Amino acid sequence: MTLEEPSTFDPVEVILADAGSMPEAKRTRGATLAAVVMPPVAVGALIIGIWYFISMVVLDPKRQFLLQPPHEVWKTGFANWDNFSTMLEGMWSSTKVAFWGLLIAILLGFLLAIIMSQAKVVERAIFPYAVVLQAIPILAIVPLIGFWFGYGFSSRVLVCVIIALFPIVVNTLFGLLSADQGMHDLFTLHKASRMTRLRRLMFPAALPAVFAGLRISAGLSVIGAIVGDFFFGQGKVGIGQLLKRYANRLEGEQLFASVILSSALGVTVFLFFGWLSGRLIGKWAGESRGR
Amino acid sequence: MSSSPLSFRNVSMTFPDGTKALSDVSFDVSKGEFVTIVGPSGCGKSTLLKIASGLLEATSGEISVDRDRIGYVFQDATLLPWRTVRRNVELLAELHGYGKEERAKLATDAIELVGLNGFENHYPRSLSGGMRMRASLARTLTLKPPVFLFDEPFGAVDEITRERLNEETLRLFEQERFAGLFITHSISEAVYLSTKVHVMSSRPGRLVASFDVPFEYPRKPELRFDARFAELCGQVSQSLRGAHS
Repeated sequence: MTLEEPSTFDPVEVILADAGSMPEAKRTRGATLAAVVMPPVAVGALIIGIWYFISMVVLDPKRQFLLQPPHEVWKTGFANWDNFSTMLEGMWSSTKVAFWGLLIAILLGFLLAIIMSQAKVVERAIFPYAVVLQAIPILAIVPLIGFWFGYGFSSRVLVCVIIALFPIVVNTLFGLLSADQGMHDLFTLHKASRMTRLRRLMFPAALPAVFAGLRISAGLSVIGAIVGDFFFGQGKVGIGQLLKRYANRLEGEQLFASVILSSALGVTVFLFFGWLSGRLIGKWAGESRGR
Repeated sequence: MSSSPLSFRNVSMTFPDGTKALSDVSFDVSKGEFVTIVGPSGCGKSTLLKIASGLLEATSGEISVDRDRIGYVFQDATLLPWRTVRRNVELLAELHGYGKEERAKLATDAIELVGLNGFENHYPRSLSGGMRMRASLARTLTLKPPVFLFDEPFGAVDEITRERLNEETLRLFEQERFAGLFITHSISEAVYLSTKVHVMSSRPGRLVASFDVPFEYPRKPELRFDARFAELCGQVSQSLRGAHS
């Protein structure tokens, strides 16, 4: 159960559900939307205010480079096309890595979870290693992967897969095993084959948990792409290498801008899977959605 | 071999952990008979149905039943939440490999029979407990099972809904005349529905008394206020108390 908790208390999901296609939400939609949007906007304004305060008031003007005010970040990071296009290129490179990493993690994760769901003994055999994979300090592994497989595209994808795999395996397995005994009995009574049981019962039952896992892993694969690039420090320049470069050169504006960009990517994939989940299973899944 | 669609001969059941659930149970359910087992909770009533359907295997004894199109109504409605009422009702025909049109026709008839018209496209989560149970009944009906097993199906709904579902179960029985085996701990439900009531003792479950219910079908709700109905309920209740102590 704890595995699903991130989705249950997911503020983004609340936004999506409230703004979504639920008929009873329509009447009060304007009011609800404001109620949902206002609080985070207010907090955002507060954060920017504090940022200005530290940058302009707390810091000595000579030390302002430690934290440039927001408009400087905008001017140098986003509004300067030379700087911005470099970042966009890096982002694009890292996005491709994250995409392929996530895709492979999804396919591999589903496969492992399905195999494990078919026999308890297989689950016992494989599961510990999934946990080990998760527990490995990725910082130690990244340079090794570089030594072994080079610093190219596929090594970066591999780092993503290692980081993103675990939540998919665990959530999918948990979901596949979540159909209740009565339903299994029903399928047994009517002599359903293993394949029929999997397709008609276990897969659909798994979907809510699968989406919870996907949302976590999507964010992780973005982190994986950045971490791989950051530690490889060579090969095609992604957002990770840029972050490192800006930090070394004390280019605070660009550093902040690229951090904002990469978070935006993470948030985007997170929202995408939330939206997809609402579209595909929102009609029947969990009453907790939107509460 | 008996010719009844469902018969138990000296059936005993001991679970691997040593719990004795059933001890030497023998009875038949003929076609057109509606037999109810009443007994205290945890006496092994549900185990009996699981054995009848083949979900569990008895430790000893013989069961004879055609399991090909057995009807089994569970304690919960066990509807698939991702399917609409119609698709849920079609499920069993689907598992048995019926064609699309055949399935649709069977589902339409069954939905009609339990009075769920207009709710075909609803998902289970938007239905009340009573309606879910009706959908579950409809699903079982699609196979036109010669043997109908009910495992305390109306235990979780309120009293009024329960009585209404009892009416509907009666109508189904009067129309289809299957061999029915019904498990409950409600004595009035047992007497109201059945041709015969067996009383089961607490663990290990044994049949300690049997009552023939003399009332004709079709039965009307007024039967519940009949003096003879009350008297029979009293007798069953007394024997149940004897079995419990």
